[in-house]
Amino acid sequence: MKERIFSQDHLLGIEQLSVDDIEIILETAEAFIEVSSREVKKVPALKGKTVVNLFFENSTRTRSSFEIAAKRLSADLINFNSSISSLKKGETLKDTVLTLEAMNPHIIVIRHSASGSPHYLTTFARSSIINAGDGFHEHPTQALLDALTIQQRLKTLRGLKIAIVGDILHSRVARSNIILHQKMGNEIALIGPPSLVPREFEKMGASIYYDIRRGVKAADVVMMLRVQEERGAKNYFPSIREYRNRFAINREIFALAKKSAILMHPGPINRDVEIETSMADSEQSVILQQVTNGIAVRMAVLYLLKGEIHETLN
Amino acid sequence: MDEKIKAKIMDDKKMKRTFQRLAIEILERNRDAEKLVLIGIQTRGVHVARRIQQLIKELENIDVPLGILDITMFRDDLHKHEQQPAVKKTKIDFSIEDRDIILIDDVVFTGRTIRAAMDSIFELGRPASVQLAAFIDRGHREMPISPDFKGKYLPTSRRERVKVMLQETDGKDQVLIMEPKGF
Repeated sequence: MKERIFSQDHLLGIEQLSVDDIEIILETAEAFIEVSSREVKKVPALKGKTVVNLFFENSTRTRSSFEIAAKRLSADLINFNSSISSLKKGETLKDTVLTLEAMNPHIIVIRHSASGSPHYLTTFARSSIINAGDGFHEHPTQALLDALTIQQRLKTLRGLKIAIVGDILHSRVARSNIILHQKMGNEIALIGPPSLVPREFEKMGASIYYDIRRGVKAADVVMMLRVQEERGAKNYFPSIREYRNRFAINREIFALAKKSAILMHPGPINRDVEIETSMADSEQSVILQQVTNGIAVRMAVLYLLKGEIHETLN
Repeated sequence: MDEKIKAKIMDDKKMKRTFQRLAIEILERNRDAEKLVLIGIQTRGVHVARRIQQLIKELENIDVPLGILDITMFRDDLHKHEQQPAVKKTKIDFSIEDRDIILIDDVVFTGRTIRAAMDSIFELGRPASVQLAAFIDRGHREMPISPDFKGKYLPTSRRERVKVMLQETDGKDQVLIMEPKGF
């Protein structure tokens, strides 16, 4: 058996990961699933380590998922809430992070509306940086937990057709998933209105469909994206009703996918907008399994990065 | 590290006898076999435990539950490694409350793995007793730990390594002492 080594100091995106890195994260996550099924859901792996949740965008699920993950590994966790922080008082991102680092954390989990902000942090921070979503760029732990869910249900991560439906343009979840499945050699179909699925995505190796029936055909995985009203998604199509008529998933359309196909959604779902309610609660829907796997994947990432204090680059 | 074989300590016949003796001793010491559970430590301890489970079945026709324990997250040297050691699965799908646990590993050396295993077990419940079975005891203990059942005591030097090879993982039953090349 060849010895594979996890080669990353940070988790900035799927982009930076090798196939080995991805497989090591998923295998480690598989082992951590058991911890969450115990009566005492805690192991001492990260005892004495400090994790900072630094969220500049609203998030409940990702933030609490990281929080539970860190706590189940016995790390100490600080939630840094940007709305009550000194950022409101005019402090720059760099000063905020330098101030936090003066308290010697080991890992900083950051979500920020500016693409590339986690990368920027690595130029001066000494902690391990985890990207929990940066602008329209990447959301690597979401793609990893999706991959774990696919692997559990379909018993493989290779030779699959992955259909992603909705607002691809504004979706960091879609980008991370496209990059991941590109690396695994899977076929990727992107589906949505032309305004939300620009042709540029063909350069990432995906096929583009404006007709959901054609795109979903023979798919192993159908991944629905949320209509992100807060990002102005509604300006990209005439009405929610028209969007629903053309791009929502229902039983009839889902039946065009493979028999074994699974339905995914990163949440929060808009019932009867992008996903018909009976579909969301169906046997094929793995939406809640995705949430459970999120904890295991984040535990794996926190464990593997470990958060040694790095020498700064400057 | 490059290694070479220094000595072959046991062959398949000797190992078979030793496994049988271990199984018998465990049954002798634990009259209430209904309370018995085996827990193998990843990875080789699990295979040793399976052998013992099989032998107990042959001797007394009792199905003793077998659990798998990964102690990585309870190691005392996690902060010392450059790379985080790989986490393997723990699978103990029965209650250990008030059971007599036989903790099983292939080799007992410093005792640190066993210390970690005990910490890990006590997170899962409160057993009636914990006993330790090791196929090879190679000395050099750094903890106040001693096996209740040992296949063989094998004094070694610290630079050597004891390799318990099993049919199911290595295609052959044998015990070897390895030493670094160039000695």
